[in-house]
Amino acid sequence: MNIQEMILALQQYWSKHDCILMQAYDVEKGAGTMSPMTLLRSLGPEPWNVAYVEPSRRPDDGRYGENPNRLYQHHQFQVIMKPSPDNIQDLYLQSLVELGINPLHHDIRFVEDNWENPTLGASGLGWEVWLDGMEITQFTYFQQIGGLEASPVAVELTYGIERLAAYIQDKENVFDLEWVDGVTVRDIFLQPEYEHSKYAFDESDSDMLFTLFNLYEKEAKATMEKGLIFPSYDYVLKCSHTFNLLDARGVISVTERTGYISRVRNLARTIAHAYIAERERLGFPMLKEEESLDE
Amino acid sequence: MNNHVLLEIGIEELPARFIDDAEQQLLNKTTKWLQDLHIEFKSIESFSTPRRLAIRIKDIATHQTTIKEEVRGPQTKIAKDESGNWTKAAIGFSKGQGKSPEDIYVQEVKGVEYIFVEKVTEGKPTSDVLPGLKDIISSIHFPQTMRWGSGSYRYARPIRWIVALLNDTVIPFEIANVTTSNKTYGHRFLGEEAIIEDPLTYENILKENYVIVDPKEREQLILEQIKTIEEEEGFHIQVEPELLNEVRNLVEYPTAFHGSFAEEYLKLPQETLITSMAEHQRYFPVMTKEEDALLPYFVSVRNGDDQQIENVARGNEKVLRARLADGAFFYEEDKSNSIEFYNDKLKTVIFQEKIGTTYEKVEKVVTLTEKLTDYLHVDSTVAAQAKRTAEVCKFDLMTSMVGEFPELQGIMGEKYALHFGEDKEVAKGIKEHYYPVQSNGGLPTTDVGAIVSVADKLDTIVSCISVGLIPTGSQDPLGLRRQAIGILRIAKEQKWDISVETLISFAVELYDVNDEAEEEIHSFFANRVSFILSERGIEQDIIQAVIKKKIGVLNYSLQKAQILSEKRNDPTFKPVQESLVRIMNLSKQATTFEVDATLFETDSEVKLHEQTNVVAETFVTHQENYEAAEALDALATLAKPIHDFFEHNMVMADDEKVKQNRLALVNNIAKLIAQYADITLIEWKQHH
Repeated sequence: MNIQEMILALQQYWSKHDCILMQAYDVEKGAGTMSPMTLLRSLGPEPWNVAYVEPSRRPDDGRYGENPNRLYQHHQFQVIMKPSPDNIQDLYLQSLVELGINPLHHDIRFVEDNWENPTLGASGLGWEVWLDGMEITQFTYFQQIGGLEASPVAVELTYGIERLAAYIQDKENVFDLEWVDGVTVRDIFLQPEYEHSKYAFDESDSDMLFTLFNLYEKEAKATMEKGLIFPSYDYVLKCSHTFNLLDARGVISVTERTGYISRVRNLARTIAHAYIAERERLGFPMLKEEESLDE
Repeated sequence: MNNHVLLEIGIEELPARFIDDAEQQLLNKTTKWLQDLHIEFKSIESFSTPRRLAIRIKDIATHQTTIKEEVRGPQTKIAKDESGNWTKAAIGFSKGQGKSPEDIYVQEVKGVEYIFVEKVTEGKPTSDVLPGLKDIISSIHFPQTMRWGSGSYRYARPIRWIVALLNDTVIPFEIANVTTSNKTYGHRFLGEEAIIEDPLTYENILKENYVIVDPKEREQLILEQIKTIEEEEGFHIQVEPELLNEVRNLVEYPTAFHGSFAEEYLKLPQETLITSMAEHQRYFPVMTKEEDALLPYFVSVRNGDDQQIENVARGNEKVLRARLADGAFFYEEDKSNSIEFYNDKLKTVIFQEKIGTTYEKVEKVVTLTEKLTDYLHVDSTVAAQAKRTAEVCKFDLMTSMVGEFPELQGIMGEKYALHFGEDKEVAKGIKEHYYPVQSNGGLPTTDVGAIVSVADKLDTIVSCISVGLIPTGSQDPLGLRRQAIGILRIAKEQKWDISVETLISFAVELYDVNDEAEEEIHSFFANRVSFILSERGIEQDIIQAVIKKKIGVLNYSLQKAQILSEKRNDPTFKPVQESLVRIMNLSKQATTFEVDATLFETDSEVKLHEQTNVVAETFVTHQENYEAAEALDALATLAKPIHDFFEHNMVMADDEKVKQNRLALVNNIAKLIAQYADITLIEWKQHH
């Protein structure tokens, strides 16, 4: 099964299980969790089921396209269901069957793994799912987001697309994976992998990036003050990515580092609070009639 | 018919580390609950897997035991009036107990007559009480809990089903939106849902559905399967008990299998291979039969049967291959840089937010190492090696290998240091400066390791406490207590002639430590010393007597404490003890140490003064040589002259000058005794 077929199969499957299929969010980010489709929508009482592929950029993981397992940018398939359904583990395991993985021919386990992202004030409990000893999915019940209690609880499934594909296609090198028959990850991504690594580690203009960080932060705050939550959040994402670029370049001293992280965290928290307040002001429009009456 | 109860809590995969304790709690709490409710039973058993905690009570009584109690009321003299009738008090008492005055009887307790009624609490049917099992489920304590779905209930992981049966009847209750039933679930992939009609069939029904509910049985199975592989393949398989325990709690139906990796990876440091296999993948490493070398194989345990097990082995091999390839890459890359390169990178690592970088910490450790080697007069070679070790003790933290395998800190440091041409002693010192890794773990075997270990730990403790990072209760995230005990154990083992106070002062000088923090550091160490002494059976009063004023040199304080513990039980020491304690108590009234011999009025005064001067000299010599028994013997020779002194003199003489002079003499002796121990804190045994 090539990557495109895998993605189609997962989309088909989760679509059948009432997930809204979203497209990747168009601002750079380090993980699918950071998309507003997860981070903001997981907050508050409104039900929310969504699935999407998210290209995730982690400048520090770049290896100039030379490492068979590490990428500047990899792909996550992200599923969010709020509230978490009672049969979510079964639903997940069935999705593996859709990818051609017969559980009776493998060893599938749920191994404790708790997730925390201090920058976003977010944390959750769950597992990493092992397929014959390999971690293929992060399975998390959110407990906190933006410093706020997640209630009802959203469950997040993050499939590592390249990892799964390496298993399904039985390839040792990520660049050998077939995206569609006859076209490999190498064909599509090797050049950008090399160039992004080169840029992030060797060529980026740190002064400009520092300036951008400050501008983005300022704009995030200014936008927040005008009550514009989503635009403000976009600027937080930009701050976060700019910080990651600076970090990869090795120009953030240790003392500054924690300062930058807490600046991003403070913004994320403010936005989380504002988002809830705004949804409440709008009367939580996605709550169904009878649900809101029950409240 | 005999009655049996089964309770099974079906949970999404519990963290392996939670399971044993949770099962034990379920067993203990259910047992206590049955006892508290006076429900008789013959036996109780518990079970656990990653997906279930269960308990079975066999031969449970149909009813709670009927309880008869005698309830005591007021004294008879209050309960009866002059004509022998029950008073209002008596009638009120009987009514309060749900009885009438006819039920009252009189009984004597310790020579006093009281009125009583017999109260009978009829036992309820067990089936009425059993829904209370619900509270036991909720009372199990986990290290971490979570919420799920729309509920607010907290548990280690979501509860998905509950079997609660009295024979074939469901015990009705609901918890976290889950209603009890007789339906259980087998292995995720191999089993099916199954109805339990009789608690006694629990294990068998689940076994038919590929779940072995007894963890001991799973462990036994794994061991047998490992043995078979050993025999068939000529392996020796290293089974660490901790890993075995974790593995049995990761599977419901174990099947052990083995896989291999490329021989070329055997040239990686053994610790790297073992960490990759055991820590990261939960594999058992494989050695030759002679147990002298690792083989390029591993053993893992699948949660399932042996269907397509080659497939599972192949997948696991692939994962391990990627990990080892990473390891090999890191190993080569790390070796291509230099110690200086890595040391410089330490500038980018924060040791503690309020304290500074690890680079700065290393500088402090170097300074402390120099102070220690100077003070301890170690020979110049060792001193130079220790200094070099301190300079490079953290470089390996910046290597890719330790970045990937943090548990290899120090171990890779030693290997890389040798590669970079460092002295053997220095390389070993890098590894050993982390020792002891646990409070009771192995100590550094070399002087270099011991010195740098103490310097590093001392720096950590003093720097952390001085910025307010003080361990409280069970919270000691930085392991400061363990490190303090490490310092004390090393100093003791090495027989270093250095007091705890001196050690602390070395580090305090390096930091901006205020008096309050310094006091905190001192009492932090005093508490650890107290812990070490009490572990050796020494009681608190003696510990306080010895260390309250000054902790001193641990070995010597320990000796003194041991001798004082013996003397406490020695009747012949009583007169000595009484004399010395009397001196100590009286000395509190003294204001000076100046003794004027011309003011003496009696022989006994002169004698005590002379004897004190003699003893002072020998006592101090013994103290300096850490001869605890001899030092106390020296003090003991003062007992007789002290006795005579009190016999023949009024200390509180009318003449103020004479009085002050006598108090000064007392004070001089007390000062000597106090150097040994504050014996007034000891609860001396009364010997008759």
